This record gives sequence, structure tokens and C-alpha cells, in this order.
Amino acid sequence: MHMADALVSPAVAGVMYAASAAAAVVSVKKVREEEELTRKIPIMGVMGAFVFATQMINFTIPGTGSSGHLCGGMLLSALLGPYAGFLTMISVLLIQCLLFADGGLLALGCNIWNMAFYGCFIGTLVFWLPIMKKGFSRGKIILASILGCVITLQLGALSVSLETAISGISELPLSAFLGVMQPIHLAIGFVEGLITAAVLAFVYEARPELLYGNSETKKEGRFSLKSTAIILAVCAVLIGGGLSLAASEYPDGLEWSIEKITGSTELESERNVYESAESVQETTSLLPDYAFKDSESAAGTSFSGIVGGAVVAVIAAGVCFIIRKSSKKKTA
Amino acid sequence: MSEIKNAIHEFGQLERLARRDQWVNHIHPLVLLGLTILYIAIVVSFGKYELFGLIGMGLYPLALFILADLKFGECLRRLRLVLPLVVFIGLFNPLLDKTPVSIGSIVLRGGWISMMTLILKGFFSVLASYILVATTPIVDLCRALRKIHVPQILVTQLLLTYRYISVLLSEVSRITQAYQLRAPGQKGVHFKLWGPLVGQLLLRSMDKAQIVYESMLLRGFNGEFREGRNAKLTLTDVLYGLFWTGAFVLLRRYVIIFLVGNLFV
Repeated sequence: MHMADALVSPAVAGVMYAASAAAAVVSVKKVREEEELTRKIPIMGVMGAFVFATQMINFTIPGTGSSGHLCGGMLLSALLGPYAGFLTMISVLLIQCLLFADGGLLALGCNIWNMAFYGCFIGTLVFWLPIMKKGFSRGKIILASILGCVITLQLGALSVSLETAISGISELPLSAFLGVMQPIHLAIGFVEGLITAAVLAFVYEARPELLYGNSETKKEGRFSLKSTAIILAVCAVLIGGGLSLAASEYPDGLEWSIEKITGSTELESERNVYESAESVQETTSLLPDYAFKDSESAAGTSFSGIVGGAVVAVIAAGVCFIIRKSSKKKTA
Repeated sequence: MSEIKNAIHEFGQLERLARRDQWVNHIHPLVLLGLTILYIAIVVSFGKYELFGLIGMGLYPLALFILADLKFGECLRRLRLVLPLVVFIGLFNPLLDKTPVSIGSIVLRGGWISMMTLILKGFFSVLASYILVATTPIVDLCRALRKIHVPQILVTQLLLTYRYISVLLSEVSRITQAYQLRAPGQKGVHFKLWGPLVGQLLLRSMDKAQIVYESMLLRGFNGEFREGRNAKLTLTDVLYGLFWTGAFVLLRRYVIIFLVGNLFV
């Protein structure tokens, strides 16, 4: 997404330089306020070199035959924070432009804005920090990385299209340019998000204290059994209780098939063993046909859904516990 | 993965070029940086049909390649990233811009002219930034940036990034080579190893940063980097800067190739 000098007019380049400089001034001020500043500078330097070097690695995208690269802005700010990450990205972009002609000196302001600003500020302040607000977890890291990379790359691609259109460089209409840029960067953003997520999830497992916003060294943000059970219970009540109000009175697929063949939704049992089993089931079942006994009310159907959900959850949890216990015994 | 080795080679080559004892290499880094930005700004300010005026701007890279004894072939590799993008965007111009533009007695579609102008702008701007880095070491450039009050945090960490790029590039090169030997024929790193492979490198880099920091502290680091040439602006630097600024203004104002051509026709 690096813009070349030839793609911007001096006016657009100047405006984008000013905007990026303003963000840099704020970042410098914020970084200066941080503790252990002298310690942070070498880390920023080495991390800049790290991003630069790892952008050379090709990551195979399964099933496509193509490869992707690391998303620098999101990764840096997830480790260093948005301000230090932004300053580090400026260095990376400046070196890429000077030494490898990736981007241009005049377009540097645009490139800083399109890649570093969105990646570091929007990626961290809008996605990373709010998602990690109540603690870190592997799932949250993956979600924040993918969302952050996809959205910030979309914003970056949008800016590239706008900057080129305002510069009056291409005869291609803005809509056509956007039509090419946005879908391509949607795919790129998703892949870069996956790569960033893989790296950050590894850091979370190995050294969670390195992640920005994670002051705890222990992985406390993981989904606990208690919270998982609460979430599942709420879902069960909503689905079982709420949606069963809308449960169809019509026979389901299997019942419909039986009705077509026999003329009734239930098979008539001829043998004694079935008759006795049926009588046992009807006597013991709390909610025959998903309702209170001798009741056709919707409330009965809802209650049936809630109780059913709870019973299924308890049985499922019990089975899982047994499996976990037995697998632990096997490994021990 | 030979891309990494090429990058390391390119990196070292530019550093060697910038440290040569050429006349241009002794011009103050700020003057060279200012001229480069001014040159690129003037180049991109040419209108889409001002192809012939733009050709005149080729005088600066031509002169500097000769003065600094640079080889054009070595610079060509740098065009691989810029030109495809510029050509792709410019390619639509001949299809969409049908304005007739006359060059002498020949009438062409405006789109063709604007496409060539765009490509030439991309070409010249790459040449100009190559001239800058091939005549000025990054360390000197950073020192110059400090002179114009670019924040010390930015300059210091820019220098550190620059210093450690070659170290980490070598490390990435070794890692990818080891991976290739274990998984031959793969286009890239398998997705199951994305996290562990890069994550390990990241953790090692963080540890390296800590060691670097401790070493710097032992050598009296207080946040300021004191490297590079502390050159003072000389009369030669000022004259050099003024000469090229004047030349750029004239080249922007007049179509030099027609002016010179008229002398002979």
C-alpha cells in the first residue's frame, strides 16, 4: 500500500505531511511522559528492525497458493502502545522509502498516515484496548488482531484512493479505484490479521506481560469455567425459553414422514415391551410433548425449553468432565 | 527467500556508496535532503501533459550520477516496487483520456502523454532518493535531522532501527533457510508455524533490545545518540544548494529541450 511520489500532488503531500507531523508531535509528547523512557527507545528501535525484517518472510495462505506478510502497525502497537508504535512505524516507513524505494520521500506523509496512523491509533485505541478491557484471552487477541488489521487496512486503502483522486493523477474514476482497492485490501487485511494474531497469541502464551495493556503476568483474562457456564446458561434461557415460544405446532420432518406413512405422528406400538416402556416414559417425564402435563399453553412450552436446556447443559458438562478426568488419568 | 539476501546486499552496498570519498558525498546532508525533497516536489508539480518540460528535470539525476560516480544499473532494482504501481495506475489514462494533444504536427491522445508523464515522474523521484542515500550515510542524515530540531526520540530510534535491520535481516535469513531445508518446496511458512516462528524471533529481539539497552547504559547513554558527522554548513554547501534551486526553478519555468533545440534548428 506504499504510495509512490508520482501518485501525489505537492498540495496533497503537504497536507498529509502536516497531519502526520501533528500525530507525531502528540506521540513524542506522550512517549516522553512514559516511565523508563531511555529503556523504551532501544526497544522501539529493535522492534522497528524486527518488523522490517519479518516483513520479508512469506507466509503461505492455506488453499490459495499465495502468500501474505505481517501487519506492522497493529503488531507494534499491541506490544509498544499506540504512541511508541506510531513513532517506530515512522522509522520503518522512512527506511523503507530511503533504502528500498518502497514509497517515496514526498509521499512519506501520506504513507505514515495511511499505514502507521490507522494501524497504530485506530487499531489500538478502537479495537485492541476496548476488546482487552476486561482481560486478555487468546480468542480476544485473534478477534482484535483480525478486526484491527481489516478495518485499518480498509481505511488505509480508502485514503490511498482519495489521495490519488484529489491529486488528479489518474483518469480512473474514484468509484472504480475504490472498487479495486477495497476488496483487495479486505483479503490482505484478513490474512495480515491472521498472521498478527498468530504472533501475538504466541507472545500471550510465552510472555503475556509484553502485550500492551496487560499489566498482569498471569493469564487472567481467559474464559473461566464459571463465566463460560453463565454465558451458556443465558444463551440456553434465551434460545430454549424465548425461541421455543415460536416453536412450530406443526410436525417436524421425521414426524411428517411418519404421518404420511401411518396417518399419525406417533407410531402405534403393538408389542408389550414398547407399551410398557412408553407408559414408563409418560409417567416419569416431567414435560411430555414439551409442555406441562395436561396443558397446551405457550408458557409450558417455554418452561420446557428452559428446563430442557439446563438438563442438556448439565449432562454435557458432566460428560465433558468425565472425558477430561479420564484423559488426565491416561496421560498421568 | 533470496529476497532477504538481496535486501542485505542492497543495504550494505548503499552504506558503502554513501561512505565513499566523492566530492558530492561531502556536501552537507541537510542541503542534499532539502534539494531532494524540492526536486521531487517540482517533478510531481508538472501538469499531466507537460511531458517535455518534465524531461528537462532529468538533468539533475544525470549530473549527479556522473558527479557522484554512481552506476545506473545498480539503481534499476529500486524501480521494481514503484514502477509496477505507477504503470498500473497510468495504464488507464490512454483508455479514458481521449483529449487530442498536438506535439508539433503529430496529434496524440492525451492519455498517452499523461501516462508517460506519470511514469517519468515515478522514475525521476526514485532516482533522486537513490542519489540522496548513495551520497549521504543515514547516520549523517539523522544528525542533520537533529539540527533542524526533529525530536530526539524519533531520530535515536530511527538510528537504532537502521543499526539493527542488518542484524535481524541476517537472523530472518538464517531462520528461513533452516525452515526451507526442513520443508523444501514450500512457497512460504506453513500457517501452523506462523506464531511460533515469528514469535520466537520477536521474543529474541525483545531480549536483544534489553541487552542493547544495558550495553548503552554502560557506555553512558542518556537518550541522545552522538554519532555521525557533525558537519557545519560551508560556503560550498550554500552555493551548491543555491545553484540547484535556481536550476530547478528554471527547468520548471522553461522547456529546456525546446530552447536548446531551437538553437540548432
